[in-house]
Amino acid sequence: MQKAVVESPKVALFATCVTDTLYPATARAVVTLLERLGCSVEFPLDQTCCGQMHFNTGYPDHARGLAGSYERTFAGYDAVIAPSGSCTGMVRDIHPQLGTTPAPTYELSEFLVDVLGVTDVGAYFPHRVTYHPTCHSLRMLGVGDKPLSLLRAVRGLDLVALPDAESCCGFGGTFALKNADTSTAMLSDKMRHVLDTGSEVLTAGDNSCLMHIGGGLSRLRTGVRTVHLAEILASTEEDPWSPATR
Amino acid sequence: MVTRNPVTWLGSPKFPDAARTALADTQLRSNLRKATGTIRGRRASAVGEMTDWEELRLAGQALKDEVLTNLDVYLERLEKSVTERGGVVHWARDAAEANEIVLRLVRETGADEVVKVKSMATAEIGLNEALEAGGVTAIETDLAELIVQLGNDRPSHILVPAIHRNRSEIREIFQREMPDVPEGLTDEPRVLAEAARAHLRRKFLSARVAVSGANFAVADTGSIVVLESEGNGRMCLTLPETLITVMGIEKLVPTWADLEVFLQLLPRSSTAERMNPYTSVWTGVTPGDGPQAFHLVLLDNGRTATLADTVGRQALRCIRCSACLNVCPVYERTGGESYGSVYPGPIGAILTPQLVDDPHDKQAASLPFASSLCGACYEVCPVRINIPEVLTHLRASSVTARGRTPESIAMSAAAWVFSSPSRYERAQKLASFARLLGRNGRITRLPGPGAAWTSSRDAPVPPKQSFRAWWKENRG
Amino acid sequence: MADARTEVLARIRSALGDRPAPVVVPRAYHHTGTGSLDLFAERVADYRATVHQVPADDLVALIASLLGTRRIVAPVDLPPPWLVPSVTWLPDSPPLGIDALDGADGVLTGCAVAIADTGTIVLDAGTTQGRRVLTLLPDYHLCVVFASQVAASVPEALARLDPVRPLTFISGPSATSDIELNRVEGVHGPRTLEVIIVRD
Repeated sequence: MQKAVVESPKVALFATCVTDTLYPATARAVVTLLERLGCSVEFPLDQTCCGQMHFNTGYPDHARGLAGSYERTFAGYDAVIAPSGSCTGMVRDIHPQLGTTPAPTYELSEFLVDVLGVTDVGAYFPHRVTYHPTCHSLRMLGVGDKPLSLLRAVRGLDLVALPDAESCCGFGGTFALKNADTSTAMLSDKMRHVLDTGSEVLTAGDNSCLMHIGGGLSRLRTGVRTVHLAEILASTEEDPWSPATR
Repeated sequence: MVTRNPVTWLGSPKFPDAARTALADTQLRSNLRKATGTIRGRRASAVGEMTDWEELRLAGQALKDEVLTNLDVYLERLEKSVTERGGVVHWARDAAEANEIVLRLVRETGADEVVKVKSMATAEIGLNEALEAGGVTAIETDLAELIVQLGNDRPSHILVPAIHRNRSEIREIFQREMPDVPEGLTDEPRVLAEAARAHLRRKFLSARVAVSGANFAVADTGSIVVLESEGNGRMCLTLPETLITVMGIEKLVPTWADLEVFLQLLPRSSTAERMNPYTSVWTGVTPGDGPQAFHLVLLDNGRTATLADTVGRQALRCIRCSACLNVCPVYERTGGESYGSVYPGPIGAILTPQLVDDPHDKQAASLPFASSLCGACYEVCPVRINIPEVLTHLRASSVTARGRTPESIAMSAAAWVFSSPSRYERAQKLASFARLLGRNGRITRLPGPGAAWTSSRDAPVPPKQSFRAWWKENRG
Repeated sequence: MADARTEVLARIRSALGDRPAPVVVPRAYHHTGTGSLDLFAERVADYRATVHQVPADDLVALIASLLGTRRIVAPVDLPPPWLVPSVTWLPDSPPLGIDALDGADGVLTGCAVAIADTGTIVLDAGTTQGRRVLTLLPDYHLCVVFASQVAASVPEALARLDPVRPLTFISGPSATSDIELNRVEGVHGPRTLEVIIVRD
């Protein structure tokens, strides 16, 4: 395990509403991982949602109110870390357009690689894994191959390239409901590519996309599981990831 | 009462409904997957060999913004330079006015037939139908347009309107509809192209009037630029006595030198070539060479309304390359007809509703929602139109126009919950009861709007304890 | 009611009522290229045109061998040595009719400018090129390009051209991508393009 370049930075976790409510294991994994790397993590309890759903569905006024709450909640932190590329993109790109100045906010892999300067986080995850680069991580944030470099350093992990990886999975927030048929057509191609890799685990930096792809994989009883990148990186030989911990 | 803008086809269903039908067309799906997959790879390599691509994009964006910022100045400058070189400039507020002008000009020549170079502007205004109604036959000479016209079909792509047809369907259309179809026509692309050549040759040689669009017009010099591949454009721009060009008012570039940016951006973005086979440039009338009468029709048809929207106006930068269509995961699956307009795909989703300029047009209002906001379009756009930004902006306009709906009530409720941490926490506890719907760790059927989710996806079973609750218990 | 011109201009001025900020055009893209003659030859050939490179002294012999005894259209001002005797020349003087052009075997021209980066030839209806239609109807086009006419990049080529002349940029034989988005050569324009590069 590499040692973080920055000595015990004090950081805030923005869990995001989806992860907080539906995937608490991911947020717990972020805490475990960051503490292992020497960070002191705080979770300001005033946080709720970044307003992305409202903004992207055509309700910018509601989103503006939530952006204001975000600004107040995290004011004064040097770094806010979110286990989501799209929520980070919302905060970083859209909140300023809505007239707020949010604290510096990072997607998890960006924070690890760019701020802490680590790629080997001492993780152990003995499974065959493929990685889906979610659209907002890829195109709004430009995280590039940071998540892959983190995964490559995980012991025991058999990383398989996902064909046509950069194609959208079809989630798109309320798009998945408003254009459910088109969303499903996109999903089926994404699932086909995932299955082609023969992986047992699909990972990504966004639980909302994973909820969508995972929902499809589960519906078809494919036996492929979705696990957020944070949970893989938090897993160690002493305290390995298991479905029961979720 | 404003007349209906023909940029959308009358009677088209809203996008989700049209898409549902298209998604079930297995032949269409396969044709589109193949064609868009091919061009995506080729575009990536054509762009990849440029070391200054991003700099060209920035220049292209700025040049188009410069034109839009001073559009009145540049249009008057263009009008002056075209007129000085022997051309005649006409102005049209809308489709009907442009069609009337063209029909009148054709009638003045005494011709009852025109040959046409592929042009989005004339497709947008429904010129062919208007000419037909006035007793003038319009002959499309671009291969894909010809396929669409012969097949009595609708265009489904900006660059290749017949992209939804594969080679064997094209062969079938030619055999059925081409009066002079050669014996033993195969589905070999070369043979099909040869059939089109033979079919149109006489038409070109006898045509007295041609109608074209324009890719660019140089304000300073009055030069008009058309990029094409087949040579049908050169035929139309060179052989007839009269040339009528219909051009959207946003197609300007300030100076001749500025074309150096667009002649690099456009071919690589559209057909993935270093340069398209033919580019024609003409300025007014050249004695002894080409048409001796030249008319330029400047078309508004919703463009000034688009210009008035400070966020949406960037759609007017579009140079109609169609790169955004080719990379769009929605377009790739639904095809162009689902958009109900000559402008499909991501650019169509932002341009069409703005040109229609009627927030109560439900079909047009459905278009900005036809995107997962994946951003692939913005990434390839040679003039850096931030399509996702305009999509969300137009979604907001559509929401405002709809007023109070079940969705807006739910969104307000959600915002109300999220605006208070304690309400949010209570809602999380309530949501965790949904785990009672779970069977074997899955929820296969949700009630209400959630049913659209579980039509094809299981929903996650909410945990007993949210992260927040865990934190309070263990760390708080 | 105002006329269309007045109304459209008024609509534009009202649409720009927010007074958008003046635009500064960043021009950090390459203005000059490094494209060589060899690159030009390679890129023309990429379009499936045939390319020959000869020293100036061998030009006439090559023209003779390529054209053989065919019936070839000649712009009025071709250099006399190019008019090799084996060919049946169809001079454009008086101007050839459409049918004569359509019936010819080919056309021989020079060019105004060429572009190495893109493998493009530009005709401006000037000396050795003639009217635009001459290079359109015959099915075969033989074009002579002198090394000095080859610009490395698109910006350098445009700077050498006079935009008010009728211009035709030619990059390979006529082609289409309209069938399944793959390029096939040979539609309405000349189906065969042959280029002679003269190293001077």
